[in-house]
Amino acid sequence: MEQEVWSFSDYLLLIVSGVLVNNILLIRFLGNCPFLGVSKRMDTAVGMTFGVIFVLTCVGPITWFVEHYLLVPFDIVYLETLAFILTIAVFVQLVEFVIKKMSPALYRGLGIYLPLITTNCCILGTCFYNIRFKFGFIPTIIFSFASALGFGLALIIMAGIRERFHYARIPKCFQDTSIGLITAGLIGLSFYAFAGLAK
Amino acid sequence: MDGGRFIKEFTKGLWSDIPPFRFVLGLCPTLACTTTVRDGFGMGMCLTFVLVCSNILISLLRKVIPDQVRIACFIVVVATFVIIVELTTQAFFYPLYMALGIFIPLIVVNCIPLGRAEAFAKKNPVFYSLADGLGMGIGYTMSLTSLAIFREIFGKGTFLYHHIMWSGFEPFSFLQKPPGAFVCLGLMLGLMNLIGGGKK
Repeated sequence: MEQEVWSFSDYLLLIVSGVLVNNILLIRFLGNCPFLGVSKRMDTAVGMTFGVIFVLTCVGPITWFVEHYLLVPFDIVYLETLAFILTIAVFVQLVEFVIKKMSPALYRGLGIYLPLITTNCCILGTCFYNIRFKFGFIPTIIFSFASALGFGLALIIMAGIRERFHYARIPKCFQDTSIGLITAGLIGLSFYAFAGLAK
Repeated sequence: MDGGRFIKEFTKGLWSDIPPFRFVLGLCPTLACTTTVRDGFGMGMCLTFVLVCSNILISLLRKVIPDQVRIACFIVVVATFVIIVELTTQAFFYPLYMALGIFIPLIVVNCIPLGRAEAFAKKNPVFYSLADGLGMGIGYTMSLTSLAIFREIFGKGTFLYHHIMWSGFEPFSFLQKPPGAFVCLGLMLGLMNLIGGGKK
């Protein structure tokens, strides 16, 4: 694989693109199930955000290594899906064991989100995007981090708005998920204003 | 084997438990793959195939799979069928494969196959698991297709890429954009709740 030279501003644009312009939740539509599931309260949203940022920043580079040093040399790229999901599942399980042993306090805070993260499509989706966009190693780390940050940003904004729903009189049939989706659409509209800032 | 129960398991996926409205799983493809009717229907069909096959296989293996590692086993089974779908669409339906892109491999983490495996196939016989998978898959296809029909006709003025609206029609391109998908699905969910007599 040929490495092109990336300047500092390229990395900066990659972060802006990942967090704002192509927000993984609102523009690329990845990770919507946990987005609606855990955004009802602020503390769960914050816990999920930190879980995703940690796991994705680690798993992104790991799957990059799996792709370029395991699948490509042995010519089994068609097993990509299986290899990536297994990598993620094993990594998440390991992290769970380690956190449980090392820091029970952190485990109480983060533990319940870890199994959810395995089936969060924003993790697997970002790993696929790293490969599809033909990123080198450093851009992979940056992009994984930026994606997770974008996920967290949207999730926390959403949780902040959703906590206010208790005080609003919403028609019965639109309560809960329905109004959540419409709100997500409106947040997405505001994120659309960033289009053109980076590709 | 009981025909009445077969019908019951099959039809619950079509209305009373229809995904993604009645239980909110598998939202990402619902939002991303419904800009045109072809994409919505194609995605639904891919998911139906994966769901039926994984339900059958998991139901067959339900006495073999140890309980502690069941999630990992389910993921491997689902991933296998997803790879089959991925390679098949790439070989025979290349435009669809390009349009759906990353969302075909992402069926693995779609939650519907895993959710049905966990909630149904791991404790029910093969015959009923088949009915459950087929019903849920067809229900999901119907949901995606109806959302896609709405978004394509009003957002693009076309149906299956044929222009069907009058010549001066100005398409609401908002519906084709990502925020439009969220708003559309939210409104449709509200409508379903209204028809179905509120929340269950």
